Amino acid sequence: MPQDFISNLYVFILAGFVGFGVITRVSPLLHTPLMSLTNALDAIVVVAAIIIAGRHETPLTTVLGAIAVAASFSNMVGGFLITDRMLRMFKSRGSKQS
Amino acid sequence: MTELALQQYLDFAYIIAVVLFILSLKFLSSPVTARWGVLAGEIGAALAVAVTLFNPEVAHYKWVLIPLIIGAGVGIPLGLVHMTAVPQRTALSHAFGALSAAMIGIAEFYAGTTPVTRFGMGEISLEVIIGSLTFTGSLIAAGKLQEFLPQRPIVYRGQNIVSLSVLAGALGLAVALVVNPAHAILFPIMVVVALIFGVLLVTPIGGADMPTVISLLNSYAGISAALLGFVLNSKVLVVAGALDGSSGLILSIIMCKAMNRSFTNVMFGAFGQVQVSAAGVKEERVVRSAAAEDAAAILAAASKVVIVPGYGMAVAQAQHKVRELYDLLTKKGVEVSFAIHPVAGRMPGHMNVLLAEADIPYDRLIEMDEINGDFPQTDVALIIGANDVTNPAARSDAGSPIYGMPILDVDKARTVMVIKRSMSPGFAGIDNPLYYLDNTLMLFGDAKAFVGGIVRELSGASAAHG
Repeated sequence: MPQDFISNLYVFILAGFVGFGVITRVSPLLHTPLMSLTNALDAIVVVAAIIIAGRHETPLTTVLGAIAVAASFSNMVGGFLITDRMLRMFKSRGSKQS
Repeated sequence: MTELALQQYLDFAYIIAVVLFILSLKFLSSPVTARWGVLAGEIGAALAVAVTLFNPEVAHYKWVLIPLIIGAGVGIPLGLVHMTAVPQRTALSHAFGALSAAMIGIAEFYAGTTPVTRFGMGEISLEVIIGSLTFTGSLIAAGKLQEFLPQRPIVYRGQNIVSLSVLAGALGLAVALVVNPAHAILFPIMVVVALIFGVLLVTPIGGADMPTVISLLNSYAGISAALLGFVLNSKVLVVAGALDGSSGLILSIIMCKAMNRSFTNVMFGAFGQVQVSAAGVKEERVVRSAAAEDAAAILAAASKVVIVPGYGMAVAQAQHKVRELYDLLTKKGVEVSFAIHPVAGRMPGHMNVLLAEADIPYDRLIEMDEINGDFPQTDVALIIGANDVTNPAARSDAGSPIYGMPILDVDKARTVMVIKRSMSPGFAGIDNPLYYLDNTLMLFGDAKAFVGGIVRELSGASAAHG
């Protein structure tokens, strides 16, 4: 079993626990924005896509990489945008007049 | 700067991004700080993308910048959709995320930058299978939510056997690749089989189960990103994928609990089929119905009103009329709150977003467990487009298909008013005994039109009497 796998597994397990700890505390009120926000964060795969596309090894890998760049970057841009739009709508009674 | 030092700077930037991602989710614990969460996430993501462009491996910017521009061109309109379209937009973004992860995995397979070990082949196969099935599964879910595809479950005999055989086929091909990585021709076949499985997985699932399905797909999309992190040895992907995966998993568990069902039951239970026989035995019972003016009079005389919104309110786009009703009643000194069932609507938190969009203060939106104790002291429970989540058979009738599902105890309110198009049973075909109770009034009509009618009566009456 490669050494990299072991260190990645450590990171995965620890991040999973951090995720559980943080996300169980998210108010159920905000479960829809939570989903769009984690979607935007997950779009960080764009960094791997940029490297695949930018390496330009074979036409096939470049095209696949370019599709991945477009798909994940659209998630990143759209995900943050809609999350912010949703969160802006959540107002308490105190701030309603503003 | 040597290349090694540059790589270390890049890693350091990714660590900062990861910290910001975790903070981003932490800020979401309260609506007050939530928008900081978006900002933290944006800074982290922008930092990670910016430093990646400096990676010496990125030599051909044309192949990076043009897709980035296309991505922004697709993403911005998808970020500006109407709030009622949020469920299908979310399903579509799961599809994009999974597509991206699958494409990168496939590209990595064909790039052959590292000598393929059996272990590496196992990782990449699993990653591509999950990414591919999540891609097609999410597309089907988005199609159902957009109503390009029928929302009802599409089922046929032997369906589960067919679906599971297809999944077994994909996994079998992965095993064959691990045993002999030289059989590269099996790889694209495996991808196609996994894509087919995604379609088979979601097609039989009905609209009412969408909150669970969309959460599960969210979890799969996260897991595929984390696995991609393993394949590429990229810790930032492992962390982001683990966060997304655990978020989807937590939401799926909440949704399943709120329906008293297991994952396997949602995925393979073909809800809606079993109930045909249950709906068959129906006796004629009396219901009492009322017009808008009666409903308005009862509401005006109440001191505590709980509104129970459901998918029907979203379909009828009645949330803005509901806000007018809320304003009028609040002005008359009536205490109005909203009871939110976890699976009301088509995705987790769906009702909260719609009501927040209509400018209803979020402190009036009360979760099921918190509000259930209030119903006995409630004068009027007004149900708008919700059905199964109010069905008292879930508490009392052991033979009911939804027996054991936690529900909103609306029947304990002094008066129950139900806005509904007709007496036809809801999506799942389950009869709702609530409608035949002595304290229930049925308000037949379109949710938006009927609430509008009540609003007109209430504002007319207040104008007449000062």
